Amino acid sequence: MNHIEFIPRKLKEKFPSVDFEASDYKGELTIKFDKKFIVDVCRFLQSDSELEFKLCPDITAIDWAVRKNRFTVVYNIFSLKNNFRLRLKCDVDESDCSINSVVSVWQSANWQERETFDMYGINFKNHPDLRRMYMPEEFEYHPLRKDFPLMGIPDSMPLPKK
Amino acid sequence: MGLEAYIKDSGFLTTQLNAIIAWARKSSVWPMPMGISCCAIEMMAAGDPKYDIARFGSEVMRFTPRQCDLMIVAGTVTYKMAPVVRKIYDQMPEPKWVIAMGACTSSGGMYRSYSVVQGIDQFLPVDIYLAGCPPRPENLLYALMKIQDKIGKTKASQFHNIPAGDQSISLPELNVIRNN
Amino acid sequence: MDQLENEIHPKILQALLDSRNDFTLEDALENEMILNMGPQHPATHGVLRLLLRLDGEKIIACVPELGYLHRGYEKMAENMSYYEYIPHTDRLDYISPMANNVAWVLAVEKLAGIEAPKRAQYIRMMIAELARISSHLLAIGALAMDVGALTIFLWTLREREKVLDIWDILCGARFTNSYTRIGGVANDAQPEALSKAKWFIEQFEPNLAEIEQLINSNRIFIERVEGVGVISKEDAINLAFTGPNLRACGVEFDLRRNSPYLYYNEIDFRIPTYTEGDCLARYFLRLDECRESAKIVKQVLEKMPQGEVQANMPKKVIPQKDEVYTKMEELIHDFMIVNFGINPPVGEIYNAIEGSKGELGFYLVSKGEGKPWKCKIRSPSFNNLQALPKLVVGHMISDVVAIIGSIDPIMGEADK
Repeated sequence: MNHIEFIPRKLKEKFPSVDFEASDYKGELTIKFDKKFIVDVCRFLQSDSELEFKLCPDITAIDWAVRKNRFTVVYNIFSLKNNFRLRLKCDVDESDCSINSVVSVWQSANWQERETFDMYGINFKNHPDLRRMYMPEEFEYHPLRKDFPLMGIPDSMPLPKK
Repeated sequence: MGLEAYIKDSGFLTTQLNAIIAWARKSSVWPMPMGISCCAIEMMAAGDPKYDIARFGSEVMRFTPRQCDLMIVAGTVTYKMAPVVRKIYDQMPEPKWVIAMGACTSSGGMYRSYSVVQGIDQFLPVDIYLAGCPPRPENLLYALMKIQDKIGKTKASQFHNIPAGDQSISLPELNVIRNN
Repeated sequence: MDQLENEIHPKILQALLDSRNDFTLEDALENEMILNMGPQHPATHGVLRLLLRLDGEKIIACVPELGYLHRGYEKMAENMSYYEYIPHTDRLDYISPMANNVAWVLAVEKLAGIEAPKRAQYIRMMIAELARISSHLLAIGALAMDVGALTIFLWTLREREKVLDIWDILCGARFTNSYTRIGGVANDAQPEALSKAKWFIEQFEPNLAEIEQLINSNRIFIERVEGVGVISKEDAINLAFTGPNLRACGVEFDLRRNSPYLYYNEIDFRIPTYTEGDCLARYFLRLDECRESAKIVKQVLEKMPQGEVQANMPKKVIPQKDEVYTKMEELIHDFMIVNFGINPPVGEIYNAIEGSKGELGFYLVSKGEGKPWKCKIRSPSFNNLQALPKLVVGHMISDVVAIIGSIDPIMGEADK
């Protein structure tokens, strides 16, 4: 069974109204679709008996630094049953910088989404505990955005007095 | 050898109180292993059978700052970690010394990034900067010997009523017992 | 109460109370207390901070707080070339730097379409397995030390030092090695290093048995870890456990077998699994993996072919230094690669290896420039730590150290 062809076809059958863009680069399948459907698609991929993407190793985002659709949220999921890795992508615009949380599908998404929120400032709706993962709570910026300088903003984090 | 060489038949020893206190201090430096990242592993290696920090009287690594007089800051200090390091330093009793172990601790090292403090001397008084990323255990032992030299030159009277954090101690040239 | 809020951020306090929402802070604390553990605590393996809500000595809720070692790796990767980043990978999982080097160069090679020669791949396999042994030895020693058996720690460190000696010969650094290069390894493995590795493997088996004997007959140790921190197979998968922690729950998932990289498909080895999913199973699994890794190193040493250790791709692979100093063309290539990078084609890849803690992956997005546009590190410790609140709830406070020790998190890669 060729998963690279099979999975997009199966998704099309299940969600006829959603526009799926499948691409294959060096044997890695990437499927891109609208962010509105992320929870439904993920739940289907996780629970379908033929696919069983039970493991969600990683969630991250990419900042393209362009005006329209600035961010892309990337979900890296793995099926232990088929031994197959799949990448899901959803564009997020800066004006509506939010996407639905998939914690209800995979518990491991909890910290991964918190990390993405911390680094990019993307709001994950319905997340049970959305706060910063790494940076102090008082920190105002999101470091991995392309407009944040590598050396940071001076005096944005206090040091103890000598 | 050690003290025995100075004790003649009668069993008496004449010395200055300052000297004997400094000698006792420098021979039993108790480190506070402030292990933060990679350097902490090399600090552990300094305690293992191969390098054996016990030869220098410093194997008693105390994880409570109240019992220590030497803080080895081993690893990258981030802005989030800095208040913690400072708090632990403040909890240590006087007199106290600090080794900045490794390049990150001394100067930020290879981490020129938004979250790393570029050198802990911005918020701590440092006695020894130790080069290496991470320094080999031999290097840490060398730093320890250096700090023992420094402690050996101090006078007990210098540590009366020092306000916390003030380390402006002039080092007198005092002829102390050489222990080896 | 006010003092507590000064010490702990209100949002973290809120997270601690989330288990029963109708409680207010004052109610909740009437019979209970909040204990702060870390970030400077000998048993948290670095700078992990835990906030525990206790009823007596029983843990009701636990909130881990990370970020005390957040060094901004991903941001730095976007600002440096692929070659420059190799030393930074050493310091991710600083217990097994060699394995991280291998993971990074494999990811870049996949992105840029480079294939390293067979001998280089075999050397990589050897160092990755030795790194696994050294990492597991420290994990076993630290777990034993945390529950009170200090001798084991000294014994395992003694064995670990031997591995570090091999690396010392191999690349001149005993700890942070940066030994691999894109398209190969820095230099050919010296005969002394190979014979030392062979000697190490031969004497490792009896020494490990000795360590095991000391610890397995220690009733205090066994009783403190047996049945503690149990996690079921389903929960482990749902929480994205990987590596030894997942295999201790009975899931036979190992990237060396599932998606073979390097030449693992030519090597005969077993993937140990346990079904209990408690701290003892995780400890036993690490011991078994040490044995399997020793077996792999032995076979690698036997099968290692002769030949080049760097791919012959002048535009992508930095030439050897002696050639740079004597030949014009090599000098130009060296200059171009160092200054402008290797410019992989536009695209994105994810490549993972089975690191000593679990799936260590790099997600790279290239825009055809010398620097990656985006580099995401999928670190196993980060995801393994996520299960900690689930594991510790209901246990005593003294079990927390055993559970952390058995999960074996390394904050360098968990905080990135």
